[in-house]
Amino acid sequence: MKSLAALFGRSPFDPLQKHMEKVCECAAEVPALFDALVANDAEGLRACRNKISALESEADAVKNDLRSHLPKRLFMPVDRRDLLEILDLQDTIADVAEDIGDLLVERDWIVPADMVEPLKEFVQSAVKATLAAREVMRSLDELVEVGFAGPEADAVEKQIDEVNRLEDASDHLEVALTRSLFQHEDTMSPVAVILWMRIFEWIGDLADFPKKVCNRLRLLIAH
Amino acid sequence: MEAAIVLLIVASVAGLYMAWAIGANDVANAMGTSVGSGALTLKQAVLVAAIFEFAGAVIAGSSVTKTVRKGIIDPSVFESTPEILVFGMIAALLAAAVWLSVATRFGWPVSTTHSIVGAIVGFAVVAAGASSVEWSKVGKIVASWVTSPLIAGTTAFVSFTFLRKYVIAVKDPLKRTKAVAPFLVFGTTVIISLVTLWKGLKHLKLDFGPWQTAAIAVGFSALAAFVSMIFIRRIPDEPIEGEEDFRYKRVEKVFAILQIYTACAVAFAHGSNDVANSIGPMAAAVTTIREGAIVAKSPVPLWMLLAGGTGIVIGLGTYGYRVMETVGTKITHLTPSRGYTAEFAAAATIVVASRFGLPISTTHTLVGAVLGVGLARGLAATNMGMVGQIAISWVVTLPAGAGLAIFFFYVLKAIFGG
Repeated sequence: MKSLAALFGRSPFDPLQKHMEKVCECAAEVPALFDALVANDAEGLRACRNKISALESEADAVKNDLRSHLPKRLFMPVDRRDLLEILDLQDTIADVAEDIGDLLVERDWIVPADMVEPLKEFVQSAVKATLAAREVMRSLDELVEVGFAGPEADAVEKQIDEVNRLEDASDHLEVALTRSLFQHEDTMSPVAVILWMRIFEWIGDLADFPKKVCNRLRLLIAH
Repeated sequence: MEAAIVLLIVASVAGLYMAWAIGANDVANAMGTSVGSGALTLKQAVLVAAIFEFAGAVIAGSSVTKTVRKGIIDPSVFESTPEILVFGMIAALLAAAVWLSVATRFGWPVSTTHSIVGAIVGFAVVAAGASSVEWSKVGKIVASWVTSPLIAGTTAFVSFTFLRKYVIAVKDPLKRTKAVAPFLVFGTTVIISLVTLWKGLKHLKLDFGPWQTAAIAVGFSALAAFVSMIFIRRIPDEPIEGEEDFRYKRVEKVFAILQIYTACAVAFAHGSNDVANSIGPMAAAVTTIREGAIVAKSPVPLWMLLAGGTGIVIGLGTYGYRVMETVGTKITHLTPSRGYTAEFAAAATIVVASRFGLPISTTHTLVGAVLGVGLARGLAATNMGMVGQIAISWVVTLPAGAGLAIFFFYVLKAIFGG
């Protein structure tokens, strides 16, 4: 008799967590990209980019699998749209990591000496926010257990606050880095300045989208 | 006389076949939740099911048996032609058992109770006309197919909401769970034993007064609670290995102990409720053959309940465990706290319904209970699309059982003469 077993849909939370793990593997490679860039290691840079691309494909596979297993008749403790939104936001993190890799590989970059350290620091800080969001997503099992309420939910809210704080910190680093970029405004080609700005923006996204993921999750807890 | 003996054998074989089919199909649903949540291993589940299904069938099985046997049709219609009733009851058993076997092969979710009721109605309509059927009784049974999942679902919803709010989603859930668990065992056992003692034991010649009944139920439940405490104490207060990935592991371990109690309760309730599906028609056939006439009132002999219980256990042992394994491996997301709630709600509903002589479907009661937990946001994902499919199976089973019963009725009539 299948009747009883068929009542239990596949949990959407497992693939969602798995997706976040893959996404974070992508993001965690981004500092290595910049290390290779600064060290003028074209070979290493390319290898790192390829690794990110491969991981991004794996994340995509998890994403598509989850999407195809979310029929409308599935009743979940959370809203289906919120879940898909979180999935999309997580997905953007992996996409951004891949975009950064591509842009760094495809262009010849000259990193001004005084930008090296602030740049590394900014990247580290942004990735830290991503990894903090992963910790939040790892608490999903516990949230399901308690029905997204109670002290467990409060603890997750605190973790989410931490992600917000990290995003804020990386924002400040971005501003400082932009300022030091503008010091080179006269010696650098306008294209380079614009492209650096774009790279900064993307690095910023590595912190910004985890924050959005977490704040979406906060909505699940709120009601 | 010779034909009578052959008929007696055929009736017994048909009854056992039906009991086998119940054990092979239905028990898996009753116990699958325990296997799925990991509260019981497959072997343990089979053992628990065998013991408690049998106990339920023998100790508390008589009440519903009467309804299936005498409630749906008026046997006095067959006063002048008792052999017709015999053919009909055998046909009904064969029809229901065959329908169950077919449904299992194709994986259709059907209920043993629905099959037998449909079969009896089908036979009665062709043999004695629509007026011979107690439609009000059939209506009551049909209504119970809607009300029993509804009651089980509501019970599960309320129980789970309560559990989540006051036991699981609290500051120290382990401490709270450990403290509450013996009371939950006590409460579950009180309900089951009270209802069982209330009416179920009559044929065992045990007749207790209301105070005695209450005292025995409370004493027995206190014992169960005490035993549960021994096991619960063994769960460490300190974090255990492998807990990093799921912080509620120990809480769920406590619920796993509770779930063993409710698994016993479900098996007991199922045995008491569903044994009637095979024993009811069999008893009607066998008594009529022996007496050579329609007997207005006759107690269900204990040996028939024993036979029914044995048939269920054989079905469980030969085929049911495989179905149970399939159900269990498919519902891995059911945690013991959820499984406990669903089983508690189902067992309580079945036992109370049996007390009032209503043959309800265990499968659909459990389905209602699972949906209740799901709607209380207890399950990661509940497949609401299945509800429609189950409803269709409710509707289809009646005419299918009826059609097959009519077919077997004419076959039997052709062979044994009418």
